Amino acid sequence: MELDNPVIFCNFTGDNRCIMADKQLLLGDEALALGALHAGLTGVYAYPGTPSTEITEYIQAHPLTRERAVHCAWSSNEKTAMEGALGVSYAGKRALVCMKHVGMNVCADPLMGSAMVGANGGLVVAACDDPSMHSSQNEQDSRFWGTFGMMPVFEPSSQQEAYVMTRAAFDYSEKRGIPVILRLTTRMAHSRAVVEPWDEIREQNALKYPENPRQWVDLPVNARVRNRQLIRDYAQFEEDAAASPFNFLKDGPDHSLGVIACGIAYNYLMENYPDGCPYPVLKISQYPFPKALVRELAGMVETVLVLEEGQPLLEERLCGVLDPGIVVHGRLDGSVNRDGELTPDAVRAALGLPALPVQPASAVVAPRPPALCMGCGHRDFFTALNNVLRDYEGARVFGDIGCYTLGWMPPFRALHTCVEMGASVTMAQGAAYCGTWPAVAVIGDSTFTHSGMTGLLDAVNTDADIVVCISDNLTTGMTGGQDSAGTGRLEAICEGLGVPRAHIRTIVPLPKNYPEMEQVIREEIEYHGVSVVISRRECIQTAKRHAKK
Amino acid sequence: MKKDIILAGVGGQGILSIATVIGSAALQQGLHLKQAEVHGMSQRGGDVQSNLRLSSAPIYSDLIPRGGADLIVSLEPMEALRYLPYLAPDGWIITNTAPLVNIPDYPPMDAVLAELGKQPHVVALDVDALAKDLGAPRAANMVLLGAMAALLRILEPDALREGIRRVFARKGDAVVESNIKAFDAGLEHAQNKQQ
Repeated sequence: MELDNPVIFCNFTGDNRCIMADKQLLLGDEALALGALHAGLTGVYAYPGTPSTEITEYIQAHPLTRERAVHCAWSSNEKTAMEGALGVSYAGKRALVCMKHVGMNVCADPLMGSAMVGANGGLVVAACDDPSMHSSQNEQDSRFWGTFGMMPVFEPSSQQEAYVMTRAAFDYSEKRGIPVILRLTTRMAHSRAVVEPWDEIREQNALKYPENPRQWVDLPVNARVRNRQLIRDYAQFEEDAAASPFNFLKDGPDHSLGVIACGIAYNYLMENYPDGCPYPVLKISQYPFPKALVRELAGMVETVLVLEEGQPLLEERLCGVLDPGIVVHGRLDGSVNRDGELTPDAVRAALGLPALPVQPASAVVAPRPPALCMGCGHRDFFTALNNVLRDYEGARVFGDIGCYTLGWMPPFRALHTCVEMGASVTMAQGAAYCGTWPAVAVIGDSTFTHSGMTGLLDAVNTDADIVVCISDNLTTGMTGGQDSAGTGRLEAICEGLGVPRAHIRTIVPLPKNYPEMEQVIREEIEYHGVSVVISRRECIQTAKRHAKK
Repeated sequence: MKKDIILAGVGGQGILSIATVIGSAALQQGLHLKQAEVHGMSQRGGDVQSNLRLSSAPIYSDLIPRGGADLIVSLEPMEALRYLPYLAPDGWIITNTAPLVNIPDYPPMDAVLAELGKQPHVVALDVDALAKDLGAPRAANMVLLGAMAALLRILEPDALREGIRRVFARKGDAVVESNIKAFDAGLEHAQNKQQ
C-alpha cells in the first residue's frame, strides 16, 4: 500500500512467497493476530487489557484456531500468560503473549527470565502501549523492556507491516533464540486498514526440546554463562536491526534537517509530505536501534528531529552516539509534546510547517466523561456502600482497576485510591495496620483472580481488620466481557485462602435489596478480621448479549 | 480523491456500524482506508469518535489533522460541535438533532442548535424520528449514513447500499431492506436540503 516502502511486499525470510490472498479490513491488533496464525501459532496466552484485547479475541474466533486446536483460553493474569507461553516455546512450538503496557509489569519476572533462558520455539510478546492514556493509568513505553532485558523490539508503522512483522518476529525469535517484543500503540492497535495476507500458511512446529538444556535452568552457575552470551547476542541484534528491511534510511534533497521516525511516527511525518519528504529520513521499526544508521543520517545533516510515540527512549540515547555539534530536537526540548501521543498536528509543528486554519472549540460543548452503565450492579453496590459508610467517619475505600473505578466519579465519589491490579486488598491491609477503620477494598471478580488472591492470603495471615468487597459481574467487563477466571468459585477460593466461611457473605446488588446489602456490609465492618462481601449480579452488557443468543 | 471523516457520538450509540458499512464498500471499490477507533473505558457512555479516512491514494496517518476533516458525521448534536476544530473551512457537518442527555450539565437545546446554525455547511435531521416513522427505529444509523452519502462523493450511494447488504446479510432480508429504506430516507433528506 505504501509504495515507497518496499518492506511490506516482501517476506522477511527472503524467499519469494509474495502471493497475496483476499484483502481484509483489519485492526492493527487483528493484523498481528492473523500474522501469528499464519506463522504457525500453537498458542496465544493473554489477559484482556485495552488496547490489546482484540488480538486474542480475533484468534479465538478464527476458523484456523479450531482446525489446529490453537490454545486461546484467557489466562488469569499476564504473569501466568507469559509462563504458559514460555512452556510452549520450551517444547519447540510458537507462542504469542498479549497484554497492555502495564501488563508488562505483572509479567516482568518471567519476561526477564525468558531473555535468560532464551526462546526455543518462536516466542513473541505483544505489548500494546496507550500514550495519552485513553484507557490506562500511565504512559509507560514498552520499548524500554527491550533495552532492560536485552531483547529485540519490533514496532510496526502500518497494519500491513503488523501482519508481515509478526511472522518475521517469530522467525527471528527462532533464528536468534530470543523472545521478541512486538510493540503496538493505541493508534496502531485500534485503527483499521486494508491488509493483504499471504496465501501460504505456515505449518505449526513439531515438538522439539531445546538443544542447550542447561540454559533453561536459570541457576547462577548457568546464568552467568548465559548472561555473557546474551550481551554478545545483543550486539548481534543491533547489527541485524541495521540490516533489517523494517529499518531504512532514505535520503532527501534538503539537508537542513534529518528526521528519525519510529513506528507510527513515520506515518505522521509522511502525512505532511504527500509527494515525499524533502529531508533525509531514518525509519526505525526494529530495535536495538541501529547506531550505525543513526550516525549515517547525522553525517548528512546538522540538526536531527526525533519522532517517537511514547517516551523519548531513542532521543535520550542519542547523547554519546552523535557528534556533540549535532542539534537534536524532539520531546526533550519541547519541539514535540513531552507527554501524550503524537498527532499529525504536533508533528507538523515540529517540522516548522504552518498550522491549517482551525476554528476554535465550541463553548457550548460540555464534557461527557465515561460513566457506569444505567442498571449496572456496581452502581447499586456503591449506593449501598456509601449509605453504610456515612456512619463511619474514618472510612477509607481502596479501589482497583475495572469499570468500578468509575465509582470515584460523581455521583458516587466512593473511592479513595486506584493504583494497579490487586492493590485494593493489600493497600487496605497496610492502612488497617496503621489504624485506618473501616478499611474497605473494592475489587472486581476478574481483577481479584488476576492479582487480588495473593493479597487476600497476606491479609488472612496477618489477621487484618479489613472488608474485601468483590463486585462480581461474572465477566471481565471493562475490556468488553471476556471470561473471568474465577466465575462460580469465588466463595470457595476465599474459603480456601483462609477467610472464615461465616465472613464470606454474598449479596445481590439491586435497589430492592439495599436494606439487606447495607446490613451485611455493616456486620462485616463490625467484625474485626478479614471478611469478604461478594456483590454478585451479571454485567448488563454481557447479560444483553446472552439474552440475544 | 480523498475524504477525511470524523464519526462522532456517545458510547453505545453505534457509530462503528456506520464505519463498518463504509469500510465494506471502500474495500469493494479498492479504496485505501484507515479508521482509528477508541475502545475501553471511554466507551462507557462517554463521548466517542472514530477518524475515518478514505482515499484513492495511500494514506499515512491514522489520525485526521485539525482543520482537515471534510465531514463531521454525528449521531448526537452536541457531539458534532465537540470536533469543530477538526473541520476544514469548506467541510460539512451532518448530524442527528435528537440529543442524548446523560450528563447533568447538558447545554440548553436551543444553544446547541444555534451553535450549529452558525456553521456554513450543515445537514441536521432527527434520524431517530425518521427511522421511527419508517418503522425501523434500530436503523437510525443508516438514516445518518444516507444523509452523509449525499456529500460523500468518493463512494456512490449504490456502493454503500451494497455495503449495507453485505454487512446485514446474515440478519435476513427484512433487516437488510429496512436498513436500505432508512438509508434512502436519509439520502433524500440531505439531497433536498442541499438544493
